[in-house]
Amino acid sequence: MKQSKLDLAGLPAKAAGEIDDRLQVSSPLRRLLNKVFPDHWSFLLGEIALYSFIVLLLTGTFLTLWFDPSSNEVTYHGPYTPLQGIPMSRAYESALQLSFEVRGGLIMRQMHHWAALLFMAAIVVHMLRVFFTGAFRKPRELNWIIGVLLFWLGFVEGFAGYSLPDDALSGTGLRIASAIMLSIPVIGSWVTTSLFGGEFPGHEILGRLYIAHVLLVPAILLGLIAAHMGLLVKQKHTQWPGPGRSNDNVVGIRMFPGFAAKAGGFFMIVFGVIALLGGLFQINPIWLFGPYEAAVVSAASQPDWYVMFLDGSTRLMPPWEARFPLWPGHHYTLPPLFWPTVVLPGVLTMLPLFYPFIEARKFKSKASHHLLQRPRDVPTRTALGAMALAFYIVLLISGGNDVIADKFDISLNAMTWAGRVGLLVLPPLAYWITYRACLGLQQHDREVLAHGVETGIIKRLPNGAFVEVHQPLAPVDEHGHPAALPYAGWVVPKKMNRVGALVPTIKGFFFPIEEPAKPAYPSEAPVSPAPTREGITSGKQ
Amino acid sequence: MTFDDSAGAAGPPRAARRGRLFAGPVRRSRLQRRLFAGVRLLLALVVVGGIYTAFAPGSQAEDTPKLSEAAQLGKRLYDQSCATCHGPNAQGVKDRAPSLIGVGSADVEFQVETGRMPAARPQQAQVERKQPLFTVEQAQQMGAYIQELGGGPQLPAGTNLREGGDIAKGGQLFRVNCASCHAFSTNGGALSSGKYAPSLKPATDREIYAAMLSGPQNMPVFGDNQITPQEKRDIIAYIQYQKGDQDPGGFGLGRYGPVPEALVIFLVGMVSIMFVTLWIAGKS
Ligand code: HEC
Ligand code: HEC
Ligand code: HEM
Repeated sequence: MKQSKLDLAGLPAKAAGEIDDRLQVSSPLRRLLNKVFPDHWSFLLGEIALYSFIVLLLTGTFLTLWFDPSSNEVTYHGPYTPLQGIPMSRAYESALQLSFEVRGGLIMRQMHHWAALLFMAAIVVHMLRVFFTGAFRKPRELNWIIGVLLFWLGFVEGFAGYSLPDDALSGTGLRIASAIMLSIPVIGSWVTTSLFGGEFPGHEILGRLYIAHVLLVPAILLGLIAAHMGLLVKQKHTQWPGPGRSNDNVVGIRMFPGFAAKAGGFFMIVFGVIALLGGLFQINPIWLFGPYEAAVVSAASQPDWYVMFLDGSTRLMPPWEARFPLWPGHHYTLPPLFWPTVVLPGVLTMLPLFYPFIEARKFKSKASHHLLQRPRDVPTRTALGAMALAFYIVLLISGGNDVIADKFDISLNAMTWAGRVGLLVLPPLAYWITYRACLGLQQHDREVLAHGVETGIIKRLPNGAFVEVHQPLAPVDEHGHPAALPYAGWVVPKKMNRVGALVPTIKGFFFPIEEPAKPAYPSEAPVSPAPTREGITSGKQ
Repeated sequence: MTFDDSAGAAGPPRAARRGRLFAGPVRRSRLQRRLFAGVRLLLALVVVGGIYTAFAPGSQAEDTPKLSEAAQLGKRLYDQSCATCHGPNAQGVKDRAPSLIGVGSADVEFQVETGRMPAARPQQAQVERKQPLFTVEQAQQMGAYIQELGGGPQLPAGTNLREGGDIAKGGQLFRVNCASCHAFSTNGGALSSGKYAPSLKPATDREIYAAMLSGPQNMPVFGDNQITPQEKRDIIAYIQYQKGDQDPGGFGLGRYGPVPEALVIFLVGMVSIMFVTLWIAGKS
């Protein structure tokens, strides 16, 4: 028998068939490829975090090839003149070598650091989206909890990375971390000595931080991210309410090819933005800080932004020492550092972790929710979120208060007191303002549903009164009154062009990507053109 | 206040050394010893008297007007512009300005060359650097006048005070001694109650040297026994090197550290990516 000619066109299908015969992947794969993603910009925020994490893995792996987390003392003889002949740790030397001698090392370091900042920024913004739209409600509480853990792990991972190069700034950070751990009652000194392998700084900490930074924490992060995504696929996306969308379906585009193409492109763009930041903006210029020495502390020593709120809480904390008498002649002193850096983060971890359950209890809701809520429709939650955000932002700003004081010519003491007062006053104020704003927006929605869209056309009644003409959204009955429309939980059109008064805006972000549609009835716009009027004059002519 | 510091740095050690010189361990006869004791006493008196006249308050100096030519010119300028606050003989005016006796020419040159002096009338939290009213030469003349009145630390000659300085050593000294106020970046930072350590960008070699010698306002004095003249040159070399150093990593964000980095990641990074999300996914 003669061998038939190789069928090139049929090859992929045949190969896929052979693979499926052995691995039985086609039906789960089909399910995955057919997974539907709703199309809304706010669903892409989490993806930014995912893509920055991938960039972190890639650039971080590059850095590990040259970085040496050793605290052995060496003398620098590299190309950076201001440090020549200076004794330093091998870790710092290798970070300098990465910056000045390894080809592409500096941009990799900078991309790694910018990606870390972006990772945390995206996590926080993503978290805000999830919170304010109620996407954390049953059945998605577990994914919310994973998200909170991801934030704190990212925090730890970033702090560990920041401490690795062993420059004076990261040393300052580590010293503060050791002081924080020491402030924990009873177990504090034990925790510190076991972590640092003795007194701060010791010789152990760099190696331990390194293992944590490049292996342990990334592995846990990766596992949690996988669980996060897995749950997302299993539980399906939430979506905004809208035509054809219900609690039981998901409307959007399929994973393949539509979403995959978009996501692939988006990854490239995030990668590109990080590369641009890494190439254009200098970050963490460790060569300026010098090697870590106990005597060196600089003005304007700050941690990265995601740690800054804890620095802020420390700066705002008044120096109150709590003294507990133990037995006559002895007392235990609780350092003030304990409250803003141990208790506060504890509360800030626990509250969000349990928030979904607290809220469900409060709202007496046991049902599963797959439709998102507009923030205005749940004023209590939105106002609570605004309150938390105000609290956080005051702390964040206070973390940089010395730089702000210096650059804007404000007294540092004034900044500290403004922070203290602001921390107590602004959150309740934010709550109240947000609550009122939500109610106002709700009311306006209902008004438009009942009376129609404001047209901007003013009519004068025979009795001389002026009224604005409204365009009803629902069909009108025989008396000209529009039928009552229920609120559907989604955007109520409030401008005439949203109900077709004008030709719909043409799609396209930078330039039109479609031909403007020809109006069906050339001059029959829902609002007839204004009658030609005679010019209004002052009457003098 | 600086008077005591500088006198401690320059005066007594020299006298003490001289004392040791005379008390050599040589065996002598009783008469010789008496004679020596007498001579020693006499000499000691002369030395003490000399020191006294050298450090005596200005009124004495005015009685014996043997000011150098530069100092005389300086005195004229001083009487015009400074005497209202610092008093006609630089002895200070209560509640207005401190005495300048013993501050040395370095302090005067620093204050005048950086435009801090003459101070503006209404007092702010801190006398700030401004456009100087006098030329460098005039500042030196006033410096000479104050120097001859009361002594004190002086600047070395020349304008290039970084020559022979070791940048790396200077960097180390800068980070230990100066960065706590002026920041790693030499850009300055906030102190308490609206006071601040200024950026070192505009400072010349002489001004940096003089600032260390005189410790203006809230800055401590770094006398020659704390930071030797050679180390001062090292520090100056480092500060001036940093000014010329370009940021190898791109735009340096003013070298203000993580605060501007936080602004960039949100205002540049997040905002640009949010625009992309709107472009990709739309709003409905
Ligand atoms: C408006 C009043 C005023 C005038 C005019 C003025 N000064 Fe001053 N000066 C001050 C005050 C106040 C201080 C103290 C500032 C401080 O250190 O807080 C001072 C401090 C100084 C110091 C530093 C003293 C120290 O203890 O270190 C020097 C040097 C000095 N002045 C020189 C001058 C000279 C030279 C002039 C004239 C060109 C001048 N000042 C004019 C008010 C004045
Ligand atoms: C305790 C904080 C502190 C330390 C430490 C300190 N400075 Fe200053 N420095 C100041 C303050 C405050 C001023 C502003 C004084 C004024 O305006 O009269 C200043 C002013 C200066 C100026 C004048 C800047 C200008 O051009 O206006 C120079 C130069 C200077 N410092 C150099 C140094 C050097 C070099 C060191 C380290 C050896 C140092 N400083 C250490 C607080 C400090
Ligand atoms: C598994 C992936 C990762 C690897 C292999 C890795 C590796 C490294 C290495 C070797 C360094 C030190 C080199 C230097 O001086 O720049 C470093 C620094 C750093 N890493 Fe990572 N990292 C990873 C993930 C992360 C993540 C997820 C974050 C943040 C959330 C992060 C944040 C940082 C930071 C802030 C620094 C300091 C960089 C600097 O000083 O410029 N890294 N990382």
